Amino acid sequence: MKIGEVYKKIKKDKVAFCAFIVLFLMYFAITFADFFAVYPNNFSDRNRAYMPPSNIYVIDKDNKIQKPYTYNYNKVFDKKNLTIRYNQDRNKKYKIKFFAKGYEYKILGLFKSNLHLIVPEDNCALFLLGTDINGCDIYSRLFFGGQISLTIGFLALLISFPIGALYGGISGYMGGVTDKIMMRIAEAIMSIPTFYLLIILASILPSNMTSKQSFALITAILAFIGWAGFSRVIRGMVLSIKTHDYIKAIETIGASRKRIILKHILPQTSSYVIIALTLSVPSYILAESGLSFLGLGIQLPEASWGNMLREAQEFANIIYRPWLLTPGFLIFIAVLSFNVLGDKIRDIFDPKALK
Amino acid sequence: MNTLLYIIKRIINSIPILFIVSLISFFLIRLSPVDPLAQMKLNPSISQETIDKETKRLALDKPVYIQYFFWAKNFIRGNMGYCTDNTKVSSKLKPRIINTLLLSISVIVVSWAISLVAGVLGAVCYNSLYDKILTIATSCGMAIPSFFFAILLLLFAQKTGWFPIGGLTSVNFSSMSLISKIADILWHLALPVCVLTTISLSSITRQIRANMLDVLNSEYVKFAQAKGLSKTRVIMKHALRNAVNPIITMLGFEFAGLLSGAALTEYVFQYPGLGKLLLEAVMISDINLIMAGLMIGTIMLIVGNLLADILLKFTDPRIGI
Repeated sequence: MKIGEVYKKIKKDKVAFCAFIVLFLMYFAITFADFFAVYPNNFSDRNRAYMPPSNIYVIDKDNKIQKPYTYNYNKVFDKKNLTIRYNQDRNKKYKIKFFAKGYEYKILGLFKSNLHLIVPEDNCALFLLGTDINGCDIYSRLFFGGQISLTIGFLALLISFPIGALYGGISGYMGGVTDKIMMRIAEAIMSIPTFYLLIILASILPSNMTSKQSFALITAILAFIGWAGFSRVIRGMVLSIKTHDYIKAIETIGASRKRIILKHILPQTSSYVIIALTLSVPSYILAESGLSFLGLGIQLPEASWGNMLREAQEFANIIYRPWLLTPGFLIFIAVLSFNVLGDKIRDIFDPKALK
Repeated sequence: MNTLLYIIKRIINSIPILFIVSLISFFLIRLSPVDPLAQMKLNPSISQETIDKETKRLALDKPVYIQYFFWAKNFIRGNMGYCTDNTKVSSKLKPRIINTLLLSISVIVVSWAISLVAGVLGAVCYNSLYDKILTIATSCGMAIPSFFFAILLLLFAQKTGWFPIGGLTSVNFSSMSLISKIADILWHLALPVCVLTTISLSSITRQIRANMLDVLNSEYVKFAQAKGLSKTRVIMKHALRNAVNPIITMLGFEFAGLLSGAALTEYVFQYPGLGKLLLEAVMISDINLIMAGLMIGTIMLIVGNLLADILLKFTDPRIGI
């Protein structure tokens, strides 16, 4: 089935199409993260920790419509309660500019640019969704965090699916003792509670790694968890495919086992692979967020939606600083969209499924 | 007799799996650069004697493959060694296993009770408003990260004060009467069960609905209807029995998912379960505890799968091995 046809079918289903649009927007936003972000990835202002979201006004005191503006917050130390409060400083208005020049960055790491969607005036502390403990802008970090959270699942799949398919293919085609041993190993990996294995793998990693190395290793770990279950299903399919006459014909011609498995058997499983791919992306996203939430995944200062939620572990934070919870809603929306889209794609590729 | 044979065969089949799991986890942990006794050596309250004893018990002065046999021998005998705080691993594990089982079983009971009704209704009222709402609700239930949902519920508990915030028992638990003790535990269980139920409920409901739709479209159900049987009788007696069979297999997987999902939920709710214990062990790299926790988790999972298979054998006698 061609991609165009699939797209047309998705377009007909309103809910699936919505999910498709949402995912498209999300991936668009993380591709051009720097354009949407207000502050660069490594920005942090320790003097502005836990600042509440800036309010944006379009109507001023005299009930006149103005260009959007905002006020800064003043940090006040409350001596009575021994806490830090932020009070709005109504003396000076700060204008917000759109499509203006801000900090310099590279589009896709290639072209220099300094165009931004939202740019605050000089000296204006514009934090649309507040700041975290390090004074990082949550709004900007959502984009940079999404770059990791939304891609790590795909990367892990790119590793685990070929391995799983090859493993299942060899196991199913060879049969006999090879098949038995290979499947017992796969079953053993499936028998370890996934999350237990995940945290143990993550914890035995050396702690002095660069952020790129740890990203690569977390991806590898996620892939290691996923291939076993997938290979079992592929094996089941291969068992039935190999009884077909055309396989016997190829064997008679004298094709090598490698050629038969790679060229003639595995391509037959492609429609299942596509379905399984779309259906398993969400579980990888959830696994990454869970790991990072526990502090075993992506490490600070690198952002991911999971490790941004780490601060929600502290009870005071979720009560007094609810803006820290925003990444959780994004994970929810992303996973939901993937699920809906995955269901639709399964229906398209599997005509037997109920309409 | 036949059933007994089947059960024995199933148990024998799971032994190599356990063996491979222990091999994988043992070498994963041993080959990592962490010194298994590092924490013990740092703890001044642990005497050199204990450390020497552990070194000997784990055969740390010998090559890795011999260490494995020592470990396996000890594990089979039930000797799992000491934690870094000098308590016995087995005495630490026992209450945690019970707590996790308590949580998982309550979740399975609640989610199955709800999803059977919801799923069958969804299939019977196919394409109705109820069915559509059900589809949306289950999609949402599958999409929400367990720890995030747990945090939201904690927030809810704090704002309303209707539920306790974390833990398994109240402070004055030991002075309560038996009935209020049970009530107290149930009260504390409510939120964690709610989180895990929402997640497992969604997938089971969908599966039951899909299976039920399949069965309702089959010839024999149509025949039963044509014979003039009442709708409830057709559904309850003919359709449901066949629709449930594939889902019993899911029960095993369900248990696997629960153990994993429970780890994060237990962590957020500070629920004293196996998952939280393992997490804590991982944080301080307590090797003995990690190995034991991992093996126990795996055994629980395999036993869960086994029970599901046996149950299936009873409901569907056609199953063989």
